[in-house]
Amino acid sequence: MYKIAVMGDWDSIYGFKALGLDTYPVTDPEEAEKTLHTLAEDQTAVIYITEALAAQIEKAIASYSESPLPAIILIPGASGNTGEGLALVKKSVEQAVGSDIIFGTASQ
Amino acid sequence: MAASHVNPTRMELTRQKKKLQTALKGHKLLKDKRDELMRSFLDLVREDKVLREEVEAEIKKANKSFVLAGSQMSKEAVSVAFMAPKQEVSVDVSTKNVMSVEIPVFKTQFRGSDEGDFYPYGYAFTSADLDEGVGTLSKLLPKLLKLAESEKSCQLMAAEIEKTRRRVNALEHVLIPQTQENIRYITMKLDENERSSQVRLMKVKDMMLEDAHHYKERRDAEPLKEDVS
Repeated sequence: MYKIAVMGDWDSIYGFKALGLDTYPVTDPEEAEKTLHTLAEDQTAVIYITEALAAQIEKAIASYSESPLPAIILIPGASGNTGEGLALVKKSVEQAVGSDIIFGTASQ
Repeated sequence: MAASHVNPTRMELTRQKKKLQTALKGHKLLKDKRDELMRSFLDLVREDKVLREEVEAEIKKANKSFVLAGSQMSKEAVSVAFMAPKQEVSVDVSTKNVMSVEIPVFKTQFRGSDEGDFYPYGYAFTSADLDEGVGTLSKLLPKLLKLAESEKSCQLMAAEIEKTRRRVNALEHVLIPQTQENIRYITMKLDENERSSQVRLMKVKDMMLEDAHHYKERRDAEPLKEDVS
């Protein structure tokens, strides 16, 4: 049985608590990395993380991109949408195709 | 140029030919795999993009409600309201095999008493905006999970496509030309050896005939006879 976790600043994520997801209010990048690694080892299938926090711990997130679990998904936080989530998808398109052929028109 | 050292023997030639055949077959298969992976990847990414835009818009809506609620209630009151969630969500993870990439499939399980009931608080001391936010998020949950599924699949497939493409290129530009070059080198060398042994045999035959019939002495003697006549 796997869990779903949400990470980010408290204001952005407290609503998810009502849905029964595990929320981890962290803002400090170092602490966030630690939490991320603990969660990844502790049977968590999906980790939602706010874009603002994700931008600070990119490396830790990238280290899980090729392992089947957990899936780390960026969501916009209360402070607004930075477009980081789409950028990550764009990056995988670039990795696979060689150049971006899907988001090119959308981002302009 | 023979890049690697190969023994110019028939056995090695057979081995290299077999290697070339396997490489060609592998190259074709990998190329097919890459093309099919690319096709399904692009489908998935398009789907993912639409899904992500939807989810981001909904989360934005929910966040708006939460910010409004936060302005009407103290942070403590909000914390208390969310202290004991009614629902507990867990996921079952199975995997699906798409062109040898194991992509995850998530299936949610709610452990609350009532499946539609997400509100962990009484309505008396909370703002209506809070309800709205929770409502939006609860409707969004299936989509959020779908997003997680498709985004993870995208990442995994992108990695696999990159790997496959490298393999295809390595076969196409390194292994196959090298093996062909080796085969050419061995064939030439063997032909050369054959010619040289042919020449040697001819020479030996000449020498043996010479020994047996003394052609040369006779020929030397002949012109003298002609002179006399």
